[in-house]
This record gives sequence, C-alpha cells and structure tokens, in this order.
Amino acid sequence: MSIFQSLVRKEALHIIRDTRTMVITLLMPIVLLLLFGFAISTEVNDVRVVAVVDQFTDETRDILQRLRVNEYFTFQGLTTPEDVDALLRSGKTDAALFLRKEEGVLKSQIVVDASNTNTAQTATAYIRGVVNGSSAKSLILTSTLYNQQLKSAYNFVPGILGMIFILICAIMTSVSIVREKETGTMSLLLVSPVKPRTIILGKLVPYFLLSCVILTVMLLMAYTVLGLPVSSSVISVIAVSLLYIILSLSIGLMVSTVVDTQLTALIVSAVMFMLPVIMLSGMIFPVDNMPVVLQWISNIIPARWYIEAMRKLMVQQLAFSYILKDVLILLIMTLVLLAASIVKFRSSTR
Amino acid sequence: MNAAIEVSGLSKRYGNLTALDNVSFTVERGEMFGLIGPDGSGKSSLYKILATLTSPDAGSATICGLDTVNDYVKLRKLIGYMPEKFSLYQDLTVSENLHFFASLFGVSIKDNYDIIAPVFAQLERFPNRRAGALSGGMKQKLALSCALIHRPKILLLDEPTTGVDAVSRSEFWDMLSTLREKGITILVSTSYMDEATRCGRIALIDKGKILRVNTPDGLVAGLDENLYNASATRMFELLTRIRQLPEVEDCYTFGATLHVVGRKGFNLSSVMDKLRLEGLHDVKVYPAKGDIEDLFIKLTR
Repeated sequence: MSIFQSLVRKEALHIIRDTRTMVITLLMPIVLLLLFGFAISTEVNDVRVVAVVDQFTDETRDILQRLRVNEYFTFQGLTTPEDVDALLRSGKTDAALFLRKEEGVLKSQIVVDASNTNTAQTATAYIRGVVNGSSAKSLILTSTLYNQQLKSAYNFVPGILGMIFILICAIMTSVSIVREKETGTMSLLLVSPVKPRTIILGKLVPYFLLSCVILTVMLLMAYTVLGLPVSSSVISVIAVSLLYIILSLSIGLMVSTVVDTQLTALIVSAVMFMLPVIMLSGMIFPVDNMPVVLQWISNIIPARWYIEAMRKLMVQQLAFSYILKDVLILLIMTLVLLAASIVKFRSSTR
Repeated sequence: MNAAIEVSGLSKRYGNLTALDNVSFTVERGEMFGLIGPDGSGKSSLYKILATLTSPDAGSATICGLDTVNDYVKLRKLIGYMPEKFSLYQDLTVSENLHFFASLFGVSIKDNYDIIAPVFAQLERFPNRRAGALSGGMKQKLALSCALIHRPKILLLDEPTTGVDAVSRSEFWDMLSTLREKGITILVSTSYMDEATRCGRIALIDKGKILRVNTPDGLVAGLDENLYNASATRMFELLTRIRQLPEVEDCYTFGATLHVVGRKGFNLSSVMDKLRLEGLHDVKVYPAKGDIEDLFIKLTR
C-alpha cells in the first residue's frame, strides 16, 4: 500500500469509527432536505377567517362564498364586532373581514393578527384579492415562471447544499487536522519522510469523497422526492458543486493552519462560515432585502454565489453561460484560499 | 565517524521566553544519554529542534553528521521520535497504528519485527484493541514500537515515562537498555531524578541552560562530603533551627527527612548538642548519600 493510500485509509477509519459524527453528517442533509421540502414552508395555507357583515347583499354573499371555496382559507363563519377582538386574542382566528355598507357603497376592513408578519401580510393580500375580485376593475394576470407551483422547497435545496458542504468540508476537515496537532500525531507525520503536501492531500481526499457521496444522495432526493425538474443543467449543477466542495475544503485547511485547538477550530468555522451561510447568503433571507453593509459582506461569502448559481441552474434551468460570473467568483475564491492555506501550512511546518 | 548527536551553541526563543540558551553537548554513538531537568526547562524545545520540527534561532545541531536544518530530509529516516504525550491514533487499533507508521516510512513490519520484538511482545496478544483503551504503560510501549518500526539509528524520547506506573517505568528502562545493546543511540529526557542513574551519561538542564554533563557516578562524586540527614518529630522547627546555624550552608526537605549541607568544619556531635539544647530532644543527624537531586538543588540555588 502506498503512503498516500494508507493516509487516506487511516482518515477513512477516523471518520467511520466516529459513529456519532458519521450519523449526523449522513442523516442531517436528508432530514434538512425533507424538513425544508415538506414540513417547513413559507407558503401560507389555511388562513382562518371570520367575517362581520352589517347588511347582507348579493355583493357580500358573493364575497363570503368566494372565501368559503378558496383553498387558502378556512372560513369560520360570521360573528359580531364585539367578539372579533376576543377571537383574535385567543388565537382562534387569524383574520377578520368587516363588510359595511356606507351610503350605498360597500366598504371593507381587514383586521389581522400580525404576530407573525409573514402570515399577516400574505393573509391580507389574499383577502384583499378575494374582496376585490367582485368589483374587478382591472384584471391582473400573473404567470409564475420557473417554479409554477411556488414550491419553497426548490429555493431551499441550493441553500441546504451550501450549508452541508461547509459543515463537512470546512468544519470536519479543520477539526480533524487540528486534532492531530493537539494530540501530537501531526509532529509524527511531519518528522516522517512523507511530504507535507501528501499529508494534506491525504487529509482532504476522504472528506472530498464523503462530500461527493452526500452530493449524490442530495441530488437524487431533490430530483425524485422533491420533484425538481431534470434537465441538462444537472451536469453544470454537479460541476459547480464540486468546485464549491473544493472551496470549502480550502476554507477548512485555512482554518486549521491558523488555530491550535479543536474547540477554536469548531467555533471559528461555525461562527465565521456556518452562520453567514445561513444568515447572509440569501439561503433564507433575500440578499436584496438586507441593509447595504450586509449586502457588501454577503459578497465575500462563497455560499452566496454558490446558491445563486445553483438556483439559476436547478430552478430556472438556465444554461451554464448565465452563471459564468458566479463560477468565476467561486473559482477565484478557491484559488486564493488554496494558495494562501498551502503557503501558511508550509511556513507552519518548516 | 561523526558523533551521534552534536549540539553547539543552540538557542531558541519564543517571544520573550528563552527556551534554550546557548546549549552545547555531544552524544556518542551507542550511548544512552539522559536529559534531566524539571518541567519547562527547555527539554521539549531541544527535542523539537533535533526532530527537525523547528529551527534554532542560533547555533546548530547535527545528528550523524547531518544538520537538522539543512539535511532534514535525509535525517528524518535516521531518527525515531517519541513526543511528550504518547502520540497515537486513539481510535485506531494496536495493529492499525503500527501498520500506519510502518507505511509512512515505507517499511514492512515483518522485516523489522526483530527490532520492536522486545517492546511489542506484550502488545501482541491484543492487536485489535483500540489504542485509546490501553493502559498508560501499554500506550507507551506501542508509541515506542511505532517510533522504532523503521529501524532508526537515533531514538529521541521526550519524557517517555511521564504518567506511567512505577512497574512499567522500570520495565521501560530495561527495554531501553536492550535497545542500546542493539546499537541504537538513545537520547531520553525525564523529570524523575531517580531514573537518571539508568543512563550512561546525563546532562542536567534548567531554565534553558545545561548545568553539568557527566556520568551519574561522576556527577554525585564528592557530594557526600558534608551532607547529612536530619530528622525529628517537629520537622518544621528543626528546619528553621538548622537554617539558623552558622556552620550550615543549606538545608532542605528530602523525602521524609531533611538534607543538611554543612560548611567546612561542620561537626556532627556539636550540631546535635546545639539542637538538643534548643529543645529538639529526639533529633537525629547522620551522614547521607548524595544523589542527582542534591546536585540539582546545589546547582540551582
């Protein structure tokens, strides 16, 4: 067995023997994908509505009828103005619609429980749509491109991938390199005739392979269980993901050359790389909605460009030429980080 | 033929801390050389330089004529290094650890089994036990086996007996003697003074400086002169009283008794009389045999 093979074998044994981490790394992506895909969604369904009507007309009957049949609402019936407050307070209803006839014109008011702003805004918009539907002055035709059913799962797949690879490549790799520094085995590797670059490659390759396995599982799930449309962009998706994996590995290597204990490696990777991926990469919160300063910061977060590229490829099904900018940025980041960490590693060993 | 290890004028600083200060000594081939000093005296820094892990700020070190800075590539095949903590992969088994280190040096365990046999014999019975589940003594033996597997000419052992029980420690020194008989030069450090006598020659090191280099017997020769044991029921009072006597140079606790270093003209019976007069009726003072620890205290005061 060559030196390199035995280094990889040894590292693979470390990964497999650490059952807890192994289970977490394999299960977490799947659980996250299913959670975001099915359980957690930003779509608003089943808004519970009550109505208060002071004078019944054909117009109000039409509106109530539309509320009843609309699948986004659970119409809870009519009530009195006095009870509305109690119903909203006790959380028995989400919104109340007041319909009042003033001087022959129908006036409407929507009272909504805004403790969850997202639900409140969406519910208001829905109800407004239902009410206006009757006096349709102008008809708005909406066509949703790329994600016709507005499935939020589509949006999350790239984000979850962006997070998982940082977790496996950056956090696990840096912790595993620093562990050898802490236990002293790194000095034994370094006093052996093995070249530092072989040692480092032997460290990176197993995590690269593990990431590839997870990428395969995630893509298979995304295209089958979540029903993402399959197209020729799959090849680009894989290529960009591989680039991102290498980038994450260089982050892990960089962290491991700077810190000395496993705990700091974990904290540095988690705070400096994991949190920004979740908060600033546009995975959950759109980058365009952030304050300008945070938008600048998000520019240096690799996951931002990865997620952007992946959305273009997976959701919009665009050709590779549309993601050239993102890929270029990722490529430059990878090269800079890789070069910096190799230089740093060399100077720290010799 | 070059000396096994030649260190001359070696200095190493970490920020404001001087770890090594102009250290020089020579270890001959086939010698078991001890480096004795308290924790933080610079032993580990010296080992790191000899193991080619860091470069010195000043001075040079050669092993078998090869410079630790310039010829480190060739040198790494000649040395077997065992760092302070038993650096093993705790989650790998005994045999996986051994195979891994053998493959790092591109050697086969079969070819080199004869060299590790005396050390590895006890471990052979459980090749599939994880290194983390071994006792301190067993870990130490496995670490030594891993450091030996490529037939090094020079063994660099940094505090190999720290954290190991007394029986295993004694066994370990026996093994080192066996290895030395096979022609391996051994540089071993320890903070246990009693282990010093197992070495051929020793260097006393403190605060980054080499205090003395000699054979254990040569070092303690002449120490017995004017060295006495003293004991009484009220030990603390005895210590303060003795320290006040004009004919006493130094007095310090040594195990269960006190060691008294007398000046010229120290008279045993007159000292005893003086102490009895001071109320220490059960005082006993008798000549003592000096050892490395006494020398160390003498040199560092």
